[in-house]
This record gives sequence, C-alpha cells and structure tokens, in this order.
Amino acid sequence: MKYADEFRDKEIALGLANAIQSEADPQRPYRFMEFCGGHTHAISRYGLEDMLPKNVRMIHGPGCPVCVLPAGRIDMAIRLAERPEIIFCVYGDLMRVPGSQGASLLKAKAKGADIRMVYSTIDALRIAEENPQRQIVFFAIGFETTTPPTAVMIRLAEKKQLANFSVFCNHVLTPPAMQNILESPDIRNIGRVEIDGFVGPAHVSTIIGTAPYEFFAEEFGKPVVISGFEPLDMMQAILMLVRQGNENRHEVENQYSRAVKRDGNLRAKEEVSDIFELRDQFEWRGLGQVPYSGLKLKRAFAKYDAEARFDMKELRVADNPACECGAILRGVKKPVDCKLFGTVCTPETPIGSCMVSSEGACAAHWTYGRFRDHQQRRAS
Amino acid sequence: MCLAIPAEVTKLLPDDMAIVSIDGVSKEISVALIEDLAIGDYVIIHVGYALTKIDPEEAQRTLELLHELSAEALGAMP
Repeated sequence: MKYADEFRDKEIALGLANAIQSEADPQRPYRFMEFCGGHTHAISRYGLEDMLPKNVRMIHGPGCPVCVLPAGRIDMAIRLAERPEIIFCVYGDLMRVPGSQGASLLKAKAKGADIRMVYSTIDALRIAEENPQRQIVFFAIGFETTTPPTAVMIRLAEKKQLANFSVFCNHVLTPPAMQNILESPDIRNIGRVEIDGFVGPAHVSTIIGTAPYEFFAEEFGKPVVISGFEPLDMMQAILMLVRQGNENRHEVENQYSRAVKRDGNLRAKEEVSDIFELRDQFEWRGLGQVPYSGLKLKRAFAKYDAEARFDMKELRVADNPACECGAILRGVKKPVDCKLFGTVCTPETPIGSCMVSSEGACAAHWTYGRFRDHQQRRAS
Repeated sequence: MCLAIPAEVTKLLPDDMAIVSIDGVSKEISVALIEDLAIGDYVIIHVGYALTKIDPEEAQRTLELLHELSAEALGAMP
C-alpha cells in the first residue's frame, strides 16, 4: 500500500532504534505519552517498545474515543435504542462497550432493538431516507476526526429536510484532555503520572493542525511531536522527543508533515464550527468531568439533537470498582496491574472499555504484548 | 476508531463523493471535507470520509530523512 509500506521498513526501524539508543542519556528517564489509541495500537502491533532503551518508556494515554465514553452515556444510548420507533445507527466498535450491569448495545440488539452498524454517517442518512416512518438516531462519538463527518451529515439532513433524523452527540476534544491529564484537580485520588513529552495524534491533527498544541507546549513546558501511525513515523517522533528533552526544548514539532499542516483542514473546521458549540463540561471515563472538552449542537440545529428530541435524562454510572480502566487511561497503571486483566476481562468478555476497542491499552496488550509478560516472569 | 488508511482517488462523483482505490479495492467515500481534489491524488480516509490530501513532496522528504537518520546511526555503530 503506497504511503504505508515504505514507512514500515525493518532496516530503517533498526537504524532509528540505534539512533534513539545512542542519543538517549542513560542517566535520565524519558517518559512519553502517546495520547492517541492509534499510536497505542501501532506500538503494540509492531513491538516498538522492544526496540527502545529501558529508560525510554511509552505511557498509553486516553485517546481512544470508545474507551473514554462513560458507562452512563452507553446506558443512555441503550435506552434510546430500545424505543420501538427508533432505528439506532452506530459505529461498529461501540457495540460491545459495557454499560452498567454488563449491558451493551450488542445485547440490546439481541433482545430485539433495531440497532444497525454503519461504516459512515452517509449510511445513517441513507437509512433515514429509506425509512421515513421511523426515527433514525446516529450515535455520534469520537475526537476531532469523526466530528466533521457528523457535521456534514447534519448539514445534508438540513438540506434534504429530513424530519426523522437526529444525533446523540458525544464528540470530544483532544487538547482539553491532554491538559486535564497534567493539571486536573480530581486526579489526587487516581494519582499523577510524570510525563516528559507527548506524541501528538495523527489524524486528529490533520483536522485541527499543529497550532492548538502550541499553547500547551508553552504553558506546561512539554514537548509535543505530531506523529503518523506507521512504525517509522513513531520511531522518528520518539527520536525527536528525545532530542527535545536533551536540549531542554519544549516545542511543537510535526513529524507527519505529509498529512498535517499548521492550520489543519480549514473546510472541516468550518463545518464543525457552523454546527457545534462547546459544552461547559463533559464526563470522560478515567478523567471525570473535563471542562470545555465536549461538543453539542448549536441552538439553530436543536431539532437534530436526540437528547432534546427524546427528552433524554443524563445517567451517571459508576464503573466496575475492580476495573482499572480509569487509571490505565491516565497512564498511571498498566493493563497487567489490573486484576481483571486476562482473567474475567478479555476481548471476548470485556469488563472495561480499554479491552473493547482494538485501540484500548488493554486490548492492544492482550493481542500483542502478553508474551513479554511471560518472558519477564521467566527471567525473574 | 481512529485508524485511517491512505487511498488513491480514481473517480470523482457528483455530490462530493468519489471512488478511491485501496490496494486495488474500490470504495465510494465522501470528499466533502477536501478542496481541489484531482484523480490520482492520495487521501487519508476515515469513517467513509477523506480527511486530508497526502502531500507527495512532504512524504518524499520524510522518507529521505528517515533513510538519512537510520544510515547515520547504523554507520556510527562500532
């Protein structure tokens, strides 16, 4: 595949690993958080951690939209989906996310709810046009990458005058979450993790550009390197972070220049700002209430807001007390620190959200990283 | 959820749609978020939408830099 295969060359990866090895100061730790689940998945899939020196550690961040959706919002979605007049359209990776008491959209579908997996918002619109007698609700989730497609869909619904279409909006923003990890007042009870730099999201940044991270790098004195999702992209980004650390710099650098520009995608940003506005706060699994981190539909588009249309009540649900997803999403704990990991909680029977999505830290470790635990046990 | 793939635009369709080829597999996607798209451009697709065009010159520059960094490090090995 062009623009993918050439960024997966093993020889070059070994060369980059050598460069990191020779430039990283063995006397100090380098703790880099990859915010984005796509990066977490790539690190596990390509075994990048095995290529890094011991003092260069990757900490998995909360950038997996499925993982950070609180159980209460899943319960709200299930209640909506169970209404007989509704066809509930969702992205496939939401089907197995646990709500309260083991409920999920998949189980609701098995009990008869009309829930349809869609690949794209365009499919949801098509379903609305084909079923004028039913109410179609789209379960909108995701970071800045999936928000423009939702915005385009609402604009098209307006253009087509679809009266039977609405959106259950759960879109969230990346920069406030990154900030929250570093300064949130309510992390005292979860713990704080020391971070020396961030690997910035790839596809989120294609939309928002590199500019939004500049304040962050300046304010918190942390280097940020926007990186592509291929293994060589990530190795180069880690090398750039090591160099920034060595030179005591904290700048925003763009490794993914083939797809990310400083101002991002202006057309996509316009679509989003036309239709959405900030919520005062939004609940994230693992981070609690994060101020100005979520989006809702503007008043002008209120008729497409499922929460208003169906008078939805906000539900708050405590996570399973044994589940460590919250601390894992913050980077404070690793998947193996959770006593549910690999026992009752597996990708087949996920208890926590980090095990559901392939981008979740637990699912990535389950699929690609467990042999390393075994080797460590044998070594000790 | 955020995994997205590079694809080549093979046909432009009305209503901001296009056909792309991913390693020979064709797919219809929306290009509502992209300006000035031409056949032969590469785009990154995610949930059925092109998010951005890939800049071939920047891609080439990054690859050259990767080769350079790697060769330097391997050359410096004892």
